[in-house]
Amino acid sequence: MNSTKRDLLLLCVGAAAIVGLTGCKQKGGGGDAGEIVIGEVAAMTGNTATFGTSSHAGTQMAVDEVNAAGGLLGKKLRLVMEDDQSKPGEAGIVAKKLISREKVIAMLGEVASGKSLEMGPICQKAGVPMISPASTNPKVTEVGDHIFRICFIDPFQGTVMAKFAMSRGWKKVAILTDTKQDYSVGLSQFFKEYFAKNGGTITGEQSYGSGDKDFKAQLTAIKGGSPDAIFASGYYNETGLIAAQARELGINAPLLGGDGWDSPSLVQVAGKAIEGSFFSNHFSNEDTSPHIQEFVKRFKAKHGNVPDAMAALGYDSAMILADAIKRAGTTEGKALRDAIAATKDYQAITGKITLDEKRNANKSAVILTIKDGKFSYVETLAP
Amino acid sequence: MAQLLQQLLNGIFLGSIYALIALGYTMVYGVLRFINFAHGDVFMLGAFAGLYLNKLMGPVLAAVPWPVAIGLVLLLSMLICATLGIVIELLAYRPLRDKPRLNVLITAIGVSLLLEYTGQLVFGATQQPFPALIPRTNVGGLGGLTVTTTQVLVAITAFGLMLALRFIVLKTKMGLAMRALSLNPTASALMGVNNSVIISFTFGLGSALAAAGGILYASLYPSIEPFMGILPGLKAFVAAVLGGIGNIPGAALGGLIIGVTETLVAGYSQQIGIPSGYRDGVAFVILILILLFKPSGLLGKVEREKV
Repeated sequence: MNSTKRDLLLLCVGAAAIVGLTGCKQKGGGGDAGEIVIGEVAAMTGNTATFGTSSHAGTQMAVDEVNAAGGLLGKKLRLVMEDDQSKPGEAGIVAKKLISREKVIAMLGEVASGKSLEMGPICQKAGVPMISPASTNPKVTEVGDHIFRICFIDPFQGTVMAKFAMSRGWKKVAILTDTKQDYSVGLSQFFKEYFAKNGGTITGEQSYGSGDKDFKAQLTAIKGGSPDAIFASGYYNETGLIAAQARELGINAPLLGGDGWDSPSLVQVAGKAIEGSFFSNHFSNEDTSPHIQEFVKRFKAKHGNVPDAMAALGYDSAMILADAIKRAGTTEGKALRDAIAATKDYQAITGKITLDEKRNANKSAVILTIKDGKFSYVETLAP
Repeated sequence: MAQLLQQLLNGIFLGSIYALIALGYTMVYGVLRFINFAHGDVFMLGAFAGLYLNKLMGPVLAAVPWPVAIGLVLLLSMLICATLGIVIELLAYRPLRDKPRLNVLITAIGVSLLLEYTGQLVFGATQQPFPALIPRTNVGGLGGLTVTTTQVLVAITAFGLMLALRFIVLKTKMGLAMRALSLNPTASALMGVNNSVIISFTFGLGSALAAAGGILYASLYPSIEPFMGILPGLKAFVAAVLGGIGNIPGAALGGLIIGVTETLVAGYSQQIGIPSGYRDGVAFVILILILLFKPSGLLGKVEREKV
């Protein structure tokens, strides 16, 4: 028996399991008169699990707060969350399930751009408005007029990091991209465009795939170009290992990255190796604005830990939806869509949110660094 | 030039891990003519056993010098996984011993999935950092080349375990019985060999090797999760086939070839125009090419060494 056969077999077994699992829940939802059902797709398990658990903690808290304040349109909100296990293909399946079985009126999620791109066409076709809390790849909202996001997009994030590198006087940067993630590919592309156009040199471009553990080959090649910094645009899990292996190879240049780094796992895996590196993010819980500190306090009281950016974005996505439902006065798809699209100067936790005609949020980014094992605030860069 | 040498070193260290896992595949195949697909998952359990042992015995391990600590964790984890391997064989494979070989193969895939998803339930699906049992320092005095203590220790342990395995198979009574069983199970039973005991021993030994591989792998790449065994397991299986399945030096050679090829493809992706994401693909293409010309693998021709 060879490996292909094994894969095929695994596939069959996996498919059977999925059919079995999705087929067993026979609960009708949405129709109940007393409640408004909102769907959420999040990665609660798998390799981006900390994103899903954080953003879900935020959305759940927002829904609970709306309900505690009396609900909306005289009804309570009910949040139904499905886990996509961080697996390709799974987000679309669970989104379909939420729409057809639970009859959700709107969808929140996903954090990862690749998953949002799977869910988008399904929500668009069903006429269910979808708000992604944190998918930064531009293509996500291009799927259709029902797809929104409340975060900035990759061109902005990639450009911000390129600007930041320039401002530090780093002229030579190497790029390391996770080619399995649309997010990482987009970030690297926009970083490169801005950086090269403004007089910077890209000393090397290397790639890997999510789930890889060994990056020494790529890093050794990068070391040959002796860059001032390395733009590692992937997610936290691989970045932790990349940082550790870079230091082992004697590369002392700081790493730069995007909001995909935002997880405690990054520091746990990388340890000292990640100290002094920088990444852009949506939110910093060290921000001293009163409404942010108030939010941090409430979150801590409910969940026992301080919120990260994904939690804040999850909270904001649910709150913007609640605001739109209130303004629309109905949960009917088209009217609700128009109300979300009309969101203007909404004071959210992660900044003042206005949705533009491309259904993207215009807002600023914060730059964080890793100091003594903690994320600490460096500066805010406006669009 | 220095870069090429560094890449070769990277490849050799990566390959020695594949080689260590491949030994387990090849030994079980050598004795039973059966691919134990759950091997990669025992490897994963070995890493988790190491993690939990470290949590349980934290104060003890901190009090002794690190070589003793890693040795202790390694041995205990090997013991745990050896027991597990014997239990798996007893419950899942032994009832099927006289059935067609395909049944056992499919059962092995079932055991593999069972271990992965049980692991997900028990340990959780998120990656967990693996403690630094070996100090992460660089070995100096190599010019521009960098090698860490972890890498050196991994290579030494892998090589040491290979020699130990060779010794067991070729020089001990148990090894003699294993070889006899591999040659002809009926005849060996008639000569007074207790086949069941030998098979249990083989599984125990293979699982212990997998556990050692798991701990060493987790020391090199300190982020572990329940599905971490799938890809290294697959590559080690390829390494075993490449070297000639059933052949112990072949498994080592196969592991090194895969490790080095992968590293070179990823490291020189820009020069050769293949994105480094294709590193696994290229390694497998080479496997196919080698098997086209040498269907029994590189060292697979010597029949009497098959154990």
